Amino acid sequence: MSGAARSARPLRAASAGNGVLLILIALLIALTLGMAQLEPLFRALFPDLGNPLYARDSFLNLMLAHIGLVLVSSLISVTIGIAAGLFVTRPVGREFEPMVSSLAAIGQTFPPAAVLAIAVPLAGFGFTPTIIALSLYGLLPVIQNTIAGLGTVPQTTLEAARGNGMSRWQILRRVELPLAMRVIIAGIRVSVIINIGTATIGSTVGAKSLGTPLIAGLVGNNLAYVIQGALLVGLLAIVTDLLFERLERRYAFGV
Amino acid sequence: MTPPEGRRLVGNRVLTTLLVAAVASVALLPFASLSPNRLVSGQPVMLWQALAGWQFATLALIGILLLVAALAGPLPRRIALWLSLGATLPLLALDLQALGAYAHRALAEASPAARVSQGATFWILLFVSALIAIDALQRLRLGPSGRALYGVAALAVIGVCFSGELLSPLSIMREFANQRDNFIDQLVRHLLLVAGALLPALLIGLPLGLLANRRARLRNGLFSVLNVFQTLPSIAVFGLLIAPLSALGRAVPWLGELGVSGIGVAPAIIALVLYSLLPIVRNTYSGLAGVSTGALEAARGMGMTPRQILWRVEIPLALPVILSGLRIVTVQAIGLVVVAALIGAGGFGAFIFQGLGQYAIDLVLLGAIPTIVLAVIADFALQILVSLSRPSGTR
Repeated sequence: MSGAARSARPLRAASAGNGVLLILIALLIALTLGMAQLEPLFRALFPDLGNPLYARDSFLNLMLAHIGLVLVSSLISVTIGIAAGLFVTRPVGREFEPMVSSLAAIGQTFPPAAVLAIAVPLAGFGFTPTIIALSLYGLLPVIQNTIAGLGTVPQTTLEAARGNGMSRWQILRRVELPLAMRVIIAGIRVSVIINIGTATIGSTVGAKSLGTPLIAGLVGNNLAYVIQGALLVGLLAIVTDLLFERLERRYAFGV
Repeated sequence: MTPPEGRRLVGNRVLTTLLVAAVASVALLPFASLSPNRLVSGQPVMLWQALAGWQFATLALIGILLLVAALAGPLPRRIALWLSLGATLPLLALDLQALGAYAHRALAEASPAARVSQGATFWILLFVSALIAIDALQRLRLGPSGRALYGVAALAVIGVCFSGELLSPLSIMREFANQRDNFIDQLVRHLLLVAGALLPALLIGLPLGLLANRRARLRNGLFSVLNVFQTLPSIAVFGLLIAPLSALGRAVPWLGELGVSGIGVAPAIIALVLYSLLPIVRNTYSGLAGVSTGALEAARGMGMTPRQILWRVEIPLALPVILSGLRIVTVQAIGLVVVAALIGAGGFGAFIFQGLGQYAIDLVLLGAIPTIVLAVIADFALQILVSLSRPSGTR
């Protein structure tokens, strides 16, 4: 991921943006590791609370668990989503394209929290239902953008590639995928950002994440826990979004 | 789009795939489950155990009709599509009727605490009939009115199944009967929260979109600020609003009396407005930006004032794009209100999180399924509104 951040350096505007990104990353790491050092601050802010610092688990563990949930589910969504998008844009699967597209569109109207709740009767409590819900939900924007991205490749470009004697596989790998990559990455970005949010709610179905202190604070009326969880998960989402923005820009050919 | 129909056996591969999936599910997965009480997980009941003879025969007949519709030979293409579209309605009705009838029979001879719940095959048959309908509607190229007509027919079938006593012995319907008054309260609350957020979001967002259209320099800054809110997880925004709002409610007593406090409606509405702004502002901006210069010059040439141009030319032409933005935020808000239940704002999310806390799956579904239905209906209705708002001739 740091490679993506580095690549945008030549542009002056981008390097100003890089400064913000680096500060946010530093803040994210510092808060994850050093939340305990802020205990006096939380004690001063919330004098009524006996326990102003979430201590049942370290914030590093919670952060890693959260990133793990998002990473595993996103890997599943990206693999299946791109494969499905490729299948329905090849001659063999073109018949399925309208249905898969409308399924992806309708599925995205389902509220993520409701999808998460429905995974519980199917898979019980804990890590598994959260992964199922996150992967299924994250699939939809990836499929949609893979189809859309491959659809933007001009017909003339494909004909030129065919005229050059490239095989179907070569055309896919050297022409279609590189040209569609920016749109595909935009889909992955949407999917990952939604999953960071839904993983937070995953703690209500028993998956450990940064939502654990947040929800514990809401239930136990401990505002300090809420702020600690919310700050970290909010920073994680913003940093991830900015990293994806860099990555997208890297694939913008003359756009 | 359709592959050449030469000497092929299968005419519709999508329908064939769906039929194979349905048959596999009937063979391998339970149709229902029977449990001794509300909290214990049940014994699986397969479809052939649950269905009476005539129901099974009807199901087989529908399956054979769909298979005929999927093959390339027997029927002309459009007739096959109409047949498969038509077959989805009896399939939907049979799925619901069979589950209800099984519940009546099974519970007649079981203890009063026993419960019957729907199983995976029930959901898959429901899902498969929806997908067959979507595929057929697309291949038939039916317009919005044809789609709406089919949607109303499907809703009517579902409505008839739910209206009588047919489904009342199901576990989730008993939960509903227990919660009936509460359910209606939460439905109203859910809708009021959505409306209470969308109204201010439109009042702020539409002028901001106009401003972004008129002042290019403001645009980028505005969009990147609003984008940050779309990025933040909803529960984090709700959480971060609690402390400042409860301080505000304490510091300014009349605000506190109005109900501004850390938990409940105030942070929910504020967060929902913040989430709704980006799509509204962005779509208002791009709708206005999409108005052709030709149309604007013609209006100017007719001697219209800038105000007249805005109201009579720009806004009507931008309306479809602006309404698409409204469609996005409405569906989004219906989903976000679920999460707002965690800060005590109420709505269907209250059932979901209460059910998760008690491990009462039916209560979870009683919150989750209506939310999904609400989101899908809102999406569908606004989609039709968008297509109606297009100027005639471009529809």
